[in-house]
This record gives sequence, C-alpha cells and structure tokens, in this order.
Amino acid sequence: METVKTNNYEVEVKNLQISFGKDDVLTDLSLSLKKGENLVVLGKSGSGKSVLIKCIIGLIDPDEGTIMVQGNNISEQDDNNLNLIRSKVGFLFQSAALYDSMTVRENLEFPLRRQNTVKGKKLTSLVEDALENVGLSDVIDKMPSELSGGMRKRVGLARTLILKPEIMLYDEPTTGLDPITSTEISSLIVHIQKKYKTSSIIITHDIACTKNVADRIIVIRDGVCAAEGTYKELENSGDPWIRSFFE
Amino acid sequence: MNQANTTVVAFRNFFQEVGQLTSFLVKFFKQVFVPPYEFDEFAKQSFIVGYKSLPLVGITGFIMGLVLTIQLRPTLVDFGAESWLPAMVALSIIREIGPVITALICAGKVGSGIGAEIASMKVTEQIDAMEVSGINPFKYIVVTRIVATTLMIPLLVIFSDFIALMGSFLAVNIKSDVSITLFITQVFDSLDFMDVIPSLIKALFFGFFIGLIGCYKGYTSSNGTEGVGASANSAVVVASLLVFIIDMIAAQITSLFT
Ligand SMILES: Nc1ncnc2c1ncn2[C@@H]1O[C@H](COP(=O)(O)OP(=O)(O)OP(=O)(O)O)[C@@H](O)[C@H]1O
Ligand SMILES: [Mg+2]
Repeated sequence: METVKTNNYEVEVKNLQISFGKDDVLTDLSLSLKKGENLVVLGKSGSGKSVLIKCIIGLIDPDEGTIMVQGNNISEQDDNNLNLIRSKVGFLFQSAALYDSMTVRENLEFPLRRQNTVKGKKLTSLVEDALENVGLSDVIDKMPSELSGGMRKRVGLARTLILKPEIMLYDEPTTGLDPITSTEISSLIVHIQKKYKTSSIIITHDIACTKNVADRIIVIRDGVCAAEGTYKELENSGDPWIRSFFE
Repeated sequence: MNQANTTVVAFRNFFQEVGQLTSFLVKFFKQVFVPPYEFDEFAKQSFIVGYKSLPLVGITGFIMGLVLTIQLRPTLVDFGAESWLPAMVALSIIREIGPVITALICAGKVGSGIGAEIASMKVTEQIDAMEVSGINPFKYIVVTRIVATTLMIPLLVIFSDFIALMGSFLAVNIKSDVSITLFITQVFDSLDFMDVIPSLIKALFFGFFIGLIGCYKGYTSSNGTEGVGASANSAVVVASLLVFIIDMIAAQITSLFT
C-alpha cells in the first residue's frame, strides 16, 4: 500500500460536503488532526457530527471533498487497503454497538479472531487486560443486555482499544452518563492519549468532558467549521452562540 | 388524477424494490463461494433455524396428518376406497402439505426473526461496527443465514412429513385397526421418486427465499426502532406470499415431467 505522508496530519478533511436527499448536513467542512492531539468537535444535535466521523472511517461516502487518513485518500482505497487503514483507527460508536448475541468476552475477541494473529491463552489475557483497563474485569461473561449504559460504553471502548489503534474516533463518549462516570471516561481518554500516543477526535456536547480532554476544539454550525481554538479561546469568544456552549 | 399518481408511485416503488432485491441476490452469489467462510456462525444459525423450530414444526405436522386423515375418511368410505386412505394422505402430505405448511411456519418464525434481528443490529450500529473492524458484515450475517435456511428447511420438511404420517397412522387406527407395518407398506407403495424429490427441491427454494427475504428486509430497513417491527412484518408477508408463488411454479414444472 502506498503510504505517502504528505504532511504530519493524521486525519485531514477538506471541503467535505454531504447531503441526504434534500437536507444538506455538511456543506463545506475542513479539519485536520495532528499527531498525538485530542481534537474535540462541538455542535448541536443533528449538526452532522456523527456523519463526519463515519465519513472519516469510510462508512458513509461523501458527496464532495477529500478525506485523508495517514496520507491515504479514503474514497480511493480498495477493500483490502481500506481494512488495513481501518485496523489503525478505533471507533467508539455513540450507542457502543456491542454485539447483542455475544458475551462481553466474545465481543472483545471478535475483532481479534478475525485478524488471526493471536490465539488461545494470549487472546484470553489480552481480553482480560483490555477490560481491566476500563475497570470492568467482573463483567467478562455477561451479555451486553445485562450491562448499564455506562458499562456498555466502557466495554465498547475496551473492544476498540484492544486493537491498539493509532487514531481514535469517539462519538459522544460521555452522553447519557452520570457526572462521575463521565469524569472517569474523560480521564480514560486522556490516559489513552498519553499511554498509546493516539491521536483522537472526540465528538461531544459535554462541556466538562471537553475541558478535561481537549487540546483543540472546533465548532460545527450550518455544515461548516464555525470556530476553532483552545478551550480558553472559545470560552471567551466574541460570538455569543459559541460562548453558549461553554455555559 | 390523484388516484393515478398513487398507482404510478406504487408501481415505481415496487420496481425499485425488485431492483434492490435483485442486486442483493447478486451480492449473495458473488460472496457465497468466496473464502473466508464463516462456519461457526453458519452452524449457530443452522441450530437456531433447524433445531429450535423442531417442536413447532412437529406439532403442526402431527395435527395436519391427523386432521387430514379424519377429514378424508368419510369421502373415501362413501366410495368404498377406505383402504386407499394411507396412500392418499401420504401423497398429499409429501407433495404439498408438508412442504407448504413447514415453509409458512418458518416464514413466520424464522423469517420474522431474521428480519427483526438484522434490522435491530442495523439500528444499534452493530453492522457498522463489524464493518469498521474489518469483518464483512454481509458475509458474516447475510450469507450464513441464507445458507442455513436453505439447508435446514428441507430437513424440517422431512421431519414434518414423518411426524405428519405418524399423526395419520394414529387417525387411521381410531376407526380401524391397521398395523404399523401395513401402514408403512401402503405409504411407500403409493410414493415414488417423482413425489419426494420435487418436493424437497421445492423446500430448498422455500428455504432460500425465506432467508433471502428476511435478510433483505432487515438489512435494508430504514433506521429507527420502528423499522425493526416493519422489517419483521414485511419479511413475513413477502416470504409467505413467495412460498405460494414458488409452490404454484413448482406444480407447473413437476407436471411437465409426469
Ligand atoms: N443514514 C442517514 N440517512 C439519512 N439521513 C441521515 C443519515 N445519517 C444522518 N442523517 C441526518 O444527518 C443529520 C446529522 O446527523 P448526525 O447523526 O450526524 O447528527 P449528530 O450531530 O451526531 O447529532 P447527535 O448529537 O444528536 O448525535 C441529521 O439530520 C440526520 O437526520
Ligand atoms: Mg451523533
């Protein structure tokens, strides 16, 4: 696979445009993610944040614009290359997306089994470590339906981290959780960034989480990037609409 | 004018649906013979489709055999042909009633189950999650289920035929005294190759289409929890209808050869 790194951006989105039928969701969005950085994306519900990161991983094809992941144009890859790129990108779904019909253990083993590299004892210990990482060693043999929302999120996170991704995409990691669990997850995100040197895009409207994790923030409005800056800069923005996120 | 418009829209939707189903079918055939094969998931689905349907298929088969025998007897007695009873029942069960009843039950139980399951996997982003972790969800979810129904439903039909004949034997014995060996001899004398094989081929098609429609409806369900119910529902309706259509076509084709 050609890995021409044109610059040191891990993810680079240029002039992204997406519409579903008559609704324009994103009209002209550009962003870039630097190596080792936590980039938070803020925006109202329905502003197209989930759509944006689904484009980055190639689940949705954009109408216009280019998306480069580690220097590779996502929409030009064949299936093999796409899988190779995806294996370096972790995706935490808004709904955790645990496989209902499998236990927690099987959920975590599933992406590893496919890769066929680890087996037996090593697989078991990898799974146990991953769960311990998110503080959930005791649920290993439960079904997803027996877990609370926060536990599901954390299991989802463990399932993603088990592949040791270089880039993480978090879709609302703390939404719907109590403040204590939210803080735990925020610290986990920072911990992951430090420990594995991952670069992450974090989508959220939880301002406490933003404060904890963000190195840089962009705000989406009307399908474009309306503002960009650090937490401090945006908090004191001249635009009352942007400031309203931080209240 | 409005009426005409609705008809046009309905027609267009119908043809769009047929087009999508066709490309779904093509995708299935493109992937079914290409490794890697998902044997574990196939085995699990076969267990769910086959083993878990045994009680329902068995009970309905038994009752059909019993009732059919009881209903047919008076007419045959009127014609003085009571001794034909086992033969007639066996023929109608094996040629028609066994496969069709089993298929209809499976369209209801298996088709709706598959439709709802896949639709809810879609709503909860499980299919997307598979895709991002490098697993081909179409192969893992759709191909395994269609192959499982295609192979399991003929087996269920054989099982159902067998149980129905037991029911019939019981019913014959309510009014008259026929030994099991005599009953079996009468049944097998009446049957030949051209009764059994076409009916199993027919069952294979029933199974294939029940799986196909269930998967198609689930996989293409519109997002949202409402879509889950709708997918399950339309999977049953379309699959049941297709069972009758296939049955009709099969009858035409078989009659060409006999
Ligand atoms: N597959 C799809 N088909 C049609 N429309 C879609 C699809 N996915 C998203 N949309 C539309 O795109 C818009 C943006 O959706 P998206 O899920 O990205 O919002 P969001 O910013 O993530 O919101 P939230 O914070 O509530 O998760 C919505 O209006 C939604 O209806
Ligand atoms: Mg979202």
